[in-house]
Amino acid sequence: MRKIDRKRLLREMVFFRRFEDRSFEAYMERKVGGFLHLYSGQEAVATGVLEMVQADRGVGFDYAITGYRDHIHAIKAGAPAREVMAELYGKETGSSRGRGGSMHIFDPSVRFMGGYALVGQPFPLAAGLALACKHQKEGRIAVCFLGDGANNQGTFHETMNMASLWKLPVLFVCENNCYAIGTVIQRSTAVIDQYKRLEAYNIPASQHPGQDIEVVMEAAQSAIAHVRSGAGPYFLEFLTYRYRGHSMSDAGAYRSKEEVAEWMQRDPIQILAKRLIEAGELTEEEFKAMEQAVQSEIDNDIIQFAEESPEPKVADLAKYVLEDNPDPRWIGPLQGQGG
Amino acid sequence: MAELAYWEALRRAHDEELAHDPLVIAMGEDIGVAGGTYKVTLGLYGKYGEERIIDTPISENSYTGIGIGASMAGMRPIIEIMSINFALLALDTLINAAAKIRYMSGGRAQCPIVMRTPGGTAHQLAAQHSARLSRLFMGTPGLRVVTPSTPLDAYGMLKSAVRCNDPVIFLEHESMYNLKGEVPDEETFRPLEGAGVVREGTDITLIGYNYSVHWCLTAADKLAQEGIHAEVIDLRSLKPIDRETIRRSIEKTHRVLVAEEDEAPVGVGSEVIAGIIEDCFFALDAQPVRVHAADVPVPYNYSLEKAAIPDAKDVYQSALKVLGKV
Ligand SMILES: Cc1ncc(C[n+]2csc(CCOP(=O)(O)OP(=O)(O)O)c2C)c(N)n1
Repeated sequence: MRKIDRKRLLREMVFFRRFEDRSFEAYMERKVGGFLHLYSGQEAVATGVLEMVQADRGVGFDYAITGYRDHIHAIKAGAPAREVMAELYGKETGSSRGRGGSMHIFDPSVRFMGGYALVGQPFPLAAGLALACKHQKEGRIAVCFLGDGANNQGTFHETMNMASLWKLPVLFVCENNCYAIGTVIQRSTAVIDQYKRLEAYNIPASQHPGQDIEVVMEAAQSAIAHVRSGAGPYFLEFLTYRYRGHSMSDAGAYRSKEEVAEWMQRDPIQILAKRLIEAGELTEEEFKAMEQAVQSEIDNDIIQFAEESPEPKVADLAKYVLEDNPDPRWIGPLQGQGG
Repeated sequence: MAELAYWEALRRAHDEELAHDPLVIAMGEDIGVAGGTYKVTLGLYGKYGEERIIDTPISENSYTGIGIGASMAGMRPIIEIMSINFALLALDTLINAAAKIRYMSGGRAQCPIVMRTPGGTAHQLAAQHSARLSRLFMGTPGLRVVTPSTPLDAYGMLKSAVRCNDPVIFLEHESMYNLKGEVPDEETFRPLEGAGVVREGTDITLIGYNYSVHWCLTAADKLAQEGIHAEVIDLRSLKPIDRETIRRSIEKTHRVLVAEEDEAPVGVGSEVIAGIIEDCFFALDAQPVRVHAADVPVPYNYSLEKAAIPDAKDVYQSALKVLGKV
């Protein structure tokens, strides 16, 4: 495995934080509409897990899929950040050509198979991606990120059963941020430690702190090795926290200031920055310069691309509903007499 | 040319498509070792193995979702749901995912799945086993909905559906699996769009789909004994509906009736007649009529069930009304 550049990881997380902050601002300017769910606070999970998935990318891209809190997963998986922002703006240049929006970022060219607005829906889709991987024998795996709340859907149980039974190469990553919208996990879920639920399905599972990216990477590494070996699924649970409300229409009033402040003490960006500075790999000045460079890249390049991109044409309203040029041998009108 | 039963025609399509493309798989409850509730996959488990003929647990939503996920990664799953009633559990993944993934991804992802499922009333199975639900699927952008009424179409349309890159809802009927019909010996594809004129006539157009086509044909025979020439149209596809074939027929006959086993409100007939009003209002000599199921959950009791569901006699009598003969 190649050596992982910790400074690059730090820069990525700084970029992800700024990307979300900037999309928040764009939302306030009414340039972004719909629901907007931001990932700030949870960066170490997607960054760390996908970094490890990609570390042995001998086979090219693996599949990744998630729910509606999907911008950062998409970018880390390889979707161009410009296109993700353009999608938030609803532009034709967006990842989903303006048809999907914040909750439905897709980039199949890097095997990022989408964000989905229905809680729990990605579980079976991920298992299906894994089924295809197993069938096609190219050494790929599928990675599914979902919140703790999603584990209460029927799809969770049904999918875990089949994924285990059929030994599918799928890594489930539970981002346990303690809340499902405004409901704290203690009020929605009988078993608080999510990884314990997997015992019922004979799927190996473990729980880890999710704010230190190096801890995340270490846990991910052995889980991925298990999945890649053909031994079947693995379930990783990370304890993490989102700084903002569930979405833009939620200020997060159900959480105390103290609780939020306490989690912010364990900020994934600060943890890694501090470690690098203490190790002499990074200076305070370099860190500041990094933050500034990221900010200007997002403001000048990413946002500008989104702002200047064209809107989809109204004449194309029905485009993408069905395939553009279906094969006339099996689609298209029965000519003349049927029967 | 061989006489095949509807189920044999479907089985042959499975067999040919599985042989043609290693990415084709079949999934569903009881379809493997047991060979399928309606024998449609009989013997294929032995031939293609458990990795391609997949027996699933009773988890409709998630196994359908698994099929959809696999299709996004290049597989071509044929998903059998034992009864359309159980497809309700999978509606989320069908309507919210399969139908929308191409659109939500701006055309960058697709779900080439076929969901096959029988609907309809068959011998007092009562409300929770008699749904038709055609309207749910035909009202959903992003799906194709086909309803073959003959073994030939069942065979040729299933083959086309497997090779189609859109999600195809393939509506069968529990009472039709033993229906026999001619199917050519050579490989044949039937289009997924376009209605068929299955009997020509000049006096009235009878429009049906799936099982109700057969009521229309029986009614047409009876009308013929009275010197009335009915034209019968098999819709074949509920999404899209072939309005052109309907228009041409009505411009010839000037009278029309739509027969369906579904309930009327927000149904297939409502949609067909709305199209007729838009396309050929001035060609009509009489008001269009729907023959349809009663707007009730299908009752268990045999006479009540018969009363709830129309048949060939109802089509015949309604046709006479449209013609002003009663
Ligand atoms: C099937 C379904 N039910 C309910 C909702 C509404 N809803 C959206 S997000 C959410 C909470 C999910 O919480 P969790 O899975 O923990 O993810 P998090 O938002 O914490 O990342 C709910 C209930 C939905 N989108 N889909």
